[in-house]
Amino acid sequence: MSDSPVAVEQHGPEHLHHFVDAEQQRDAAALGMWLFLATEIMFFGGMFLAYLVYRYWYYNEFAAGSRSLDIYLGTINTAVLICSSLTVALGVRAAQMGNRKLLVILLLLTIVFGFAFLGIKGVEWYQKYEEHHIPGRSFSADDLIRDYPQIHIDPRPEQIYFSLYFAMTGLHAVHMIIGVGIFVFLTYYAWKGRYTSKYYTPIEIGGLYWHFVDIVWIYLFPLLYLIDRKPLR
Amino acid sequence: MSEHVMSSKLYYTIWIVLLCLTVITAAVSFVDLGRFNTVVALVIATIKALLVVLFFMHVKYTSERLTKIVIVAAIFWLFLLLALSMADYGSRHLS
Repeated sequence: MSDSPVAVEQHGPEHLHHFVDAEQQRDAAALGMWLFLATEIMFFGGMFLAYLVYRYWYYNEFAAGSRSLDIYLGTINTAVLICSSLTVALGVRAAQMGNRKLLVILLLLTIVFGFAFLGIKGVEWYQKYEEHHIPGRSFSADDLIRDYPQIHIDPRPEQIYFSLYFAMTGLHAVHMIIGVGIFVFLTYYAWKGRYTSKYYTPIEIGGLYWHFVDIVWIYLFPLLYLIDRKPLR
Repeated sequence: MSEHVMSSKLYYTIWIVLLCLTVITAAVSFVDLGRFNTVVALVIATIKALLVVLFFMHVKYTSERLTKIVIVAAIFWLFLLLALSMADYGSRHLS
């Protein structure tokens, strides 16, 4: 490096040589993440559209399926994700201030919240398995037909509700697992001291991803759990 | 994106508001508002999403216009997907 004929200015990771300055590099990274999130919106958007069309066609079945979900676990999981978003936001702030120890603690807390969410989700999925609400050969809507005699329920579209439930919460959970993986990576390098108050872009754009996954859940919760909870007449 | 360091107090305030909105949306779903149950649930979800985007994701404090254009464009694409598709499915019984 030192005997290179061309004088190359040496910068830290906060300013790579192909960027004009550190600010441009940071903006470029954040913009790239936002573009990726735009494609993610379309990725989930297809599922939200499928949900919308089938809910429009089979409202009764969607309402009955929604009632059978555990609203308490769903609410707790929403709160868990909101807490994780807080720790991420505070983590970015800790990184901005160059507080390495606080950053590592907040990143670890985020991972814990991430696992808590996935654990609760797993409990809910297992309940669905026990209730024979997983679409397929063993699917049965008999319990819903018995429990909600006021609603006319057709078992076939009832499977569509649960197919969408598993596809949407499943795709969301895959994003959570990837998010936890990213945060394990970030925690390791934060612990090694790679991030400083001058260079914390990975924390910031990792945080953008995490908040996005949180927002997807903010919409999934009312759409899947809260379709129709009012007392039946 | 933004070097603006926000006070942690603001983050805690947003967090409390988000938690309160979560409890409210779950509680309101048990009240019979007719068709407005869905409207209320989606309005609350949108307020929560906006709070996360503006404050936790720092969009309110970013000086980068391009970021805002990307966000607005993404929401507009989603709107096109949902609105035009539902205009089809929602009007089929009319023919």
